[in-house]
Amino acid sequence: MKASSFIYAQENNFISYDQPLAGSNLRFKMVPIQGGDFFIGSAENEKGRNTDEGPQKKITIAPFWMSAYEVTRDELDVFLKDESTSQNVSVDAITRPSPQYVDLSWGMGKEGGYPANSMSQYAAIMYCKWLYQKTKIFYRLPTEAEWEYACKAGTTSAYFFGNNASDLDKYAWYEKNSENRFHKVGTKLPNPWGLYDMLGNMTEWTLDHYDASAFEKITNNEFKVAPSLVKYPKTLKGGSFLDPAMDLRSSKRIHSDPIWNRRDPQIPKSKWWLTEAKQVGIRLIRPLNQPTEEEIKQFFKAYLNL
Amino acid sequence: MNKPFSGNNSRRDFVKGTSLLAGGILAAPLLSRANFFSGSDDTIKIAVVGCGGRGTGAAMQALSSKQNVKIVAMADAFKDNLDNCHKSLTEEINNSIGELAKRLDVPEERRFTGFDGYQKAIALADVVILATPPGFRPIHFAEAIKQGKHVFMEKPVATDPAGVQSVLATAAIAKQKKLNVVVGLQRHYQNSYRELFKRKDLIGDITSAQAWWNNDGVWVRPRKYNQTEMEYQMRNWYYFNWLCGDHITEQHIHNLDVINWFKGGHPVKAQGLGGRQVRNGKENGEIFDHHFVEFEYADGSILNSQCRHIPGTMSKVDELLVGTKGKIFCGAAHIKDHTGKLIYQYDTKLENNPYQTEHDELFAAIAKGEYKYADAENGASSTMTSILGRMATYSGQLIEWDKAINSGIDIHPKVYDWNAAPPVLPNADGYYPIAVPGVTKYF
Repeated sequence: MKASSFIYAQENNFISYDQPLAGSNLRFKMVPIQGGDFFIGSAENEKGRNTDEGPQKKITIAPFWMSAYEVTRDELDVFLKDESTSQNVSVDAITRPSPQYVDLSWGMGKEGGYPANSMSQYAAIMYCKWLYQKTKIFYRLPTEAEWEYACKAGTTSAYFFGNNASDLDKYAWYEKNSENRFHKVGTKLPNPWGLYDMLGNMTEWTLDHYDASAFEKITNNEFKVAPSLVKYPKTLKGGSFLDPAMDLRSSKRIHSDPIWNRRDPQIPKSKWWLTEAKQVGIRLIRPLNQPTEEEIKQFFKAYLNL
Repeated sequence: MNKPFSGNNSRRDFVKGTSLLAGGILAAPLLSRANFFSGSDDTIKIAVVGCGGRGTGAAMQALSSKQNVKIVAMADAFKDNLDNCHKSLTEEINNSIGELAKRLDVPEERRFTGFDGYQKAIALADVVILATPPGFRPIHFAEAIKQGKHVFMEKPVATDPAGVQSVLATAAIAKQKKLNVVVGLQRHYQNSYRELFKRKDLIGDITSAQAWWNNDGVWVRPRKYNQTEMEYQMRNWYYFNWLCGDHITEQHIHNLDVINWFKGGHPVKAQGLGGRQVRNGKENGEIFDHHFVEFEYADGSILNSQCRHIPGTMSKVDELLVGTKGKIFCGAAHIKDHTGKLIYQYDTKLENNPYQTEHDELFAAIAKGEYKYADAENGASSTMTSILGRMATYSGQLIEWDKAINSGIDIHPKVYDWNAAPPVLPNADGYYPIAVPGVTKYF
């Protein structure tokens, strides 16, 4: 199933590509997501629906590339170990996270394609800023609308493969099959647009500040969430290896909570790492129409205050 | 036992009730002024001594304990640390629990700096949070108990055998005075560990154990122009033994403490190896970057302990206990028999925040006028275990507990003053003397 193209690709080369990661042999795959319209949120009769998933509203989405896989720890480590970038200072435009006080992958795996986890949304956006410096390409977290559009891939059912949760095992790592741990990315079947682990494995950061009644305020097919430096709550999507099938529905909205860092014994708490969010990961997008350099600067200023 | 007071009664009522019941069912005499909250209301007053990241965190947890508590005094060697702490607390209170004025009341005249600020801060409180670098703990703990205050103190509680002895002596006085003492060995306050401990008999007799704190290590604070040597060491404290005790003491104590807890005692001797292979710059003072210690308990069982601060190496912070019938895996919070069959799994969704529970339980006891917590002795024992390990790796010799704890070894400065000489000094190139196994001797 294909969404109607609202904005036609401006370039002939709006196709899949592998982005090399400077300072390593790694590449991450980006797949094109044509622009189009879709309904955000779930139907009122969807099983397991929460009230914050409505009312359903039509949204228009501009085209972008999305990473086929969740960002891996191998990839994030190139940033974490980049000695040319300062570490944990508040004055430099790009700064690496401080080391983790304890291993926040909790022994689930760090090398060979395991997803990156336990990072704050701030650290995730800083990774994007570092990527921009290295690649000169503007990558960022998806908005909630972009994420849900890409996940649904033209479908209107609870999951992108239908309504039957018993089929989840083919597409997702979740409570029933994960054995309480995350798994290497891309080891289940992708969604119709070639995106792996959209449901399950890691619950993925979006760019948006969470508002339970956000959909009520949507007008003109536009879902705009103002940047906010307030730390909580932010919206995440997709559910994780810890979550039950209900929480893996495409329209399920998850939001961050201070409890995710309650076991950081220090104050101020780490702005980089979350002590109790081992299920949290990242997926990137690249807008087809790249913003200007000045707009990109403003973007990072708005989300990182740097 | 009958219930003399309903949950809604104020502490003032409790004090009245106590006098009515004097000589009655409450066997514990209320000896100290702190038990009576003799101030004009029933607010529990807190002083924070040591205002770094952890002191600030502990202060916030105390404020979040749901009792009527207020921070009234703060002390830190450095004014900037203290003011940053006050600022962070203000932000945290405004962002979460609110009612700033009721929680934090520390005007300039109750902010004490320098080496002796702690005495003045302690005098103003009912409960004292001790969270400076551990080298100062014995002195601060002694002062708090002398002044009749309840104490929350961070681990470790000392950095040398003389300090351990001092804490043990103070712990005895705290017991006499019925002053509650909680030590920040928070695994004792963590649901999963408590549940595993209850079931430790499932593995029979514990015959060996493993403990790990292997990770990248911690911050470095570079030397700044115009600092005296004393100020530099106080700022970059992690790398000086009189302040920190080496990472085997400062961090790995958590894991050693768990093994002691489950074994019901401390090791009687230790031997091991260690060194500083990667983290060996001038800015890294005198501590090692790795230790591997074989501890032996009185029953002959062995604890193999490893701690490493080297980036890029395998990271693991955990404990494993091996018994005659099975194994306890602390991190995974489960117990298996020797065939690998799961015999108990703690539901990790029920895990608590142990840093908060420490304060919830301590302040609840204080609010009710109960004497319930006497953690100092165990804190001293686990601290001594870690120091025993350090003495073993530094010297390369077999070190016996009795000999070490009674050695009187004291690595502290004679004088605490910004211009005084610390006990270790750099050479002309800026490097500090480092222990050398086979050369360094304690006995």
